[in-house]
Amino acid sequence: MRKIITILFLAILGYYMVDLMNQIPFGEDRMNVGRHYLENTIAETGSVNTVTSIVVSYRGFDTLGEVTVLFLAATGLGAILFDKRGKKRRKQNASSLVKTTSKLLYPLIVLLGAYVFVHGHLTPGGGFQGGAIIATGVLMMYMSYRRFETNHKALTIIESMAGLTFVSIGMGGLILGQGFLANFLPLGEPNMLFSAGIIPIIYSAVGFKVGAELTGVLDTLLKTIR
Amino acid sequence: MSDAFVIVIPLLALIIIGAAIFAVRQKDLLLAIIGTSIVSLILSILFFILQAPDVALTEAAIGVALTTIIFIITIKKTTRYEE
Repeated sequence: MRKIITILFLAILGYYMVDLMNQIPFGEDRMNVGRHYLENTIAETGSVNTVTSIVVSYRGFDTLGEVTVLFLAATGLGAILFDKRGKKRRKQNASSLVKTTSKLLYPLIVLLGAYVFVHGHLTPGGGFQGGAIIATGVLMMYMSYRRFETNHKALTIIESMAGLTFVSIGMGGLILGQGFLANFLPLGEPNMLFSAGIIPIIYSAVGFKVGAELTGVLDTLLKTIR
Repeated sequence: MSDAFVIVIPLLALIIIGAAIFAVRQKDLLLAIIGTSIVSLILSILFFILQAPDVALTEAAIGVALTTIIFIITIKKTTRYEE
C-alpha cells in the first residue's frame, strides 16, 4: 500500500515537472543574464574563458564562500581524526612497475595542475580543477611509496597564505573605492597570460589553497589506517 | 553536434545507468565503489562531449580519484561486505 502511494506521488510530481519543462523550448536561450555574460565578458573582465569570469569576477564573493566551506570541511576532518593516527601507515610497497610509473608521472601531474590554474582565464579549468589534479598526483605517490610524506605544517602555511591573498586582494578593491573583489588591476590584452586583472592572481591562490586542502585531507585520512 | 554523438551519448548514458544499478545492488562494497567510479568516469566523458570541459576536469579529478580513495579508506576501516 505504501509503495503504491509513493509511486502515485512520484508520478504526479513527474507529470508536473515534465509539463513545466515542456513550456521551455529546448536549446533556445531565454536567459538575458546568460546572453549578457557571453557578449560582455571580454570587455568587462578581460577574461576569455566565460566560466572563469563568472566564477571569479561576477560571482567572486560566492567563490570566497565556497573556499571557506572547503577550508572548514578540511579543518573539521583534521579536528575529528587527529587523535586516531596510527604509528605506521602501510606494510608493503607497491610493485616496482607502479613505483617507477608514478615517480615519472608525479612531476608531470603537478605541472599539469599548475598549468590548469595559472591559465584559468584562458583555457578550461581553474583553481578548483588544478588543485584537485595536484591532490590526485600526491595521492598516487601515497599509494606507491611507503615512506612518502607531506609536510603538514607547510600545507597549513600554504593554505593560510592563499586564503589571505584572496581576501587581501578583495580588500584592495575596497580600499581603492570600487567595492569588494572589484577588478582594480588593468585588464590588458585578451588571450595573453598577463591579462584580466586580478582573475589569474585569485585563481592561482584558489589553486594553491584547494591543492593544499585536499592533500591535507588525504594525509589525515591515510594516517588513520593502522 | 555531429551525427556520431547521437549514437554515442545514449550509449554512454546506458553504461552509466548499468553501473549505477550495479553499484546499488552489489553486496561487495569494494565492487560497488568501482561501480560509482565508473559512473563518474563516463559522466566526465559526457560532460566533455556536451561542451563543459570545466566540469569534466572537476568530475575526473574529484569523482574518479579522490572520492574513490576516500570510500576505500572507509572500507578499510569498517567491513567490506554488506549484511
